[in-house]
Amino acid sequence: MNIIVCIKQVPDTTDVRIDPATNTLIREGVASIINPFDMYAIEEALRLKDKHGGKTTVLSMGPPQAQSALREALSLGIDEAVHLQDRLFAGSDTWATSLVLARAIRKIGAFDLVICGKQASDGDTAQVGPGVAAHLDLPQATYVRRITGLDLGATPPVMKAERLLEDGVETLEIVLPALITVVKEINDPRLPSLKGKIRSRSQAIPVWGAPDLGIKEHEVGLKGSPTQVVSIFTPEARAAGVVLKGEPEEIASTLAQEIKGLL
Amino acid sequence: MSGIRVIADKCTGCEGCVGVCPTSAIRVENGVAIIDRDACTLCGACVSACEFDAIVIERADAPAKDDLASYHGVWVFAEQRDGVVNSVVYELLGKARQLARDLGTHVGAALLGSGVRAKAEILIQRGADRVYVVDHPSLQHFIAENYARCLAGLVRRHKPEIFIAGATTNGRSLVSRIAVEIYAGLTADCTGLDIDQEKILVQTRPAFGGNIMARIISPNFRPQMATVRHKVMPEAPLDVARKGEVIEETYDVSRTESRVRFVDFVADIASKVNLSEADVIVSGGRGLASKENFALLEELAAVVNGAVGASRAAVDAGWIAYAHQVGQTGRTVCPNLYIACGISGQIQHLVGMQSSKCIVAINKDPDAPIFKVANYAVVGDLFEILPRLTKKLKELCGE
Repeated sequence: MNIIVCIKQVPDTTDVRIDPATNTLIREGVASIINPFDMYAIEEALRLKDKHGGKTTVLSMGPPQAQSALREALSLGIDEAVHLQDRLFAGSDTWATSLVLARAIRKIGAFDLVICGKQASDGDTAQVGPGVAAHLDLPQATYVRRITGLDLGATPPVMKAERLLEDGVETLEIVLPALITVVKEINDPRLPSLKGKIRSRSQAIPVWGAPDLGIKEHEVGLKGSPTQVVSIFTPEARAAGVVLKGEPEEIASTLAQEIKGLL
Repeated sequence: MSGIRVIADKCTGCEGCVGVCPTSAIRVENGVAIIDRDACTLCGACVSACEFDAIVIERADAPAKDDLASYHGVWVFAEQRDGVVNSVVYELLGKARQLARDLGTHVGAALLGSGVRAKAEILIQRGADRVYVVDHPSLQHFIAENYARCLAGLVRRHKPEIFIAGATTNGRSLVSRIAVEIYAGLTADCTGLDIDQEKILVQTRPAFGGNIMARIISPNFRPQMATVRHKVMPEAPLDVARKGEVIEETYDVSRTESRVRFVDFVADIASKVNLSEADVIVSGGRGLASKENFALLEELAAVVNGAVGASRAAVDAGWIAYAHQVGQTGRTVCPNLYIACGISGQIQHLVGMQSSKCIVAINKDPDAPIFKVANYAVVGDLFEILPRLTKKLKELCGE
């Protein structure tokens, strides 16, 4: 079973602090990590490979430093990594990003499943996964919390997956090749092994640019992106709240009045 | 070609841009900012941060669709399951009316499903001028591929200038496919939509869990598409006298997706109110100390008709199911009232709930970060306060 995992390098939010003077995000010295949801995607790929054999490949589009995220994926046990990097890609919105990933997946060729995290923790859009599926005309199952069945011997091969929705769980049966996005509930990601770490250090990571993917300048970056960011600003800080102190009875009484007023 | 440029005459070398760059692509040399073009992702954070307008991103305009002026109307995707229209649709219709007024156009609603024709009236009473109905057995269950193809077809035929859907799990899964298929701009999870002087849709959305906000436009593509966060915009009022037009569309069966089959849907019956639709959320963290103590939250939630949420710590401890987790690796919520009990307020939790309109925090530790976002900060023992609060509210709510 050949599986491709799409990952993104994001700033570690545990490091993100707000500058109290300017109320802006302090990004200096913030470590970069693999998007937390992508860790579940990687783990699910590894588990499927452990069970069914095959090959796992990880893809990431991003600036040169994104290579460290790919190396981390290799250290966890992913077989191969490809870095999608080109100045032309800079400024790509979700439409153009999905195009780049889709072209790379097509270039890899034989695959049964593409796995993405449900969304990235910096952009929070959840658009790239379904976007990639649409570019490749793949069936999709998003917000997957469990793969409950997999029949690779069937013609065509088929998978059963549970989607975690707002008000319940939906089960879909989906023909492979397909794309799924996963939520945290699906597994507990492993830690890298020492052997994996050593191997990942020396493994070659090919870099594919726009020409390798047959992508033209007008298809990606700011030019190929239908959306434009006009401005980025910091929301107004919340006004300081009311502190309630005293006896529990008294606090409960005041609070009940306030809450009643809001209902 | 598009690119980023530092205007050396304007740059003071203040380094204000250096710290905001998420990819550390900027350094200052000889008093002028220098941008590493390989590391730069053109995100624009430095452009907004520069006080001297010394950094510009030049954008070679995308080829504008030559018929932009032929797109009219503000459309809403009328998400429903088993004939029950999702309440986010009424919020979207309220916003759509306002946008349509500013543009001098009509409000459309796209209603897909099986046996849903009768729901068109409700959409009209809630503000739609035209309801496009595609009623077909193949559309009984939400299959993203089928819905996306069908809606892309409707959009091509009727050319709305704006298309909005709820930022629900299914809404997000669907609309991204449509945007790719028709090559349109899509902004996810908006909390604000406005029309500017050029009659362009300005979409405001939070990123980094609401720590920063971005304004996004898509001036050269149509329709301008957005998903909108639940519970941010007021519902359109119901007007039973309102009249509108119902347009029945045919469904192209030959394009039905055969690769995905709906098996079943099991509703979460344990929670009477689901997190994303709740006006009130009572949430618990490590401070609750045990699974059994979540009963305290359930009792309070029952009185205020709220849903029960939890921090990651409580979910990881196995006290409550993951579906209740609020925060970065759980759900993002913005109810009218969020009551955080025994939650310290790690940034990963805050990003999932800090947009709530009113936040009450109950925690023993006066230095807990949750108090920084709280409208009402209660420093105290939740085991002493919660039962009393529930009792008082019961009395007040006349039970």
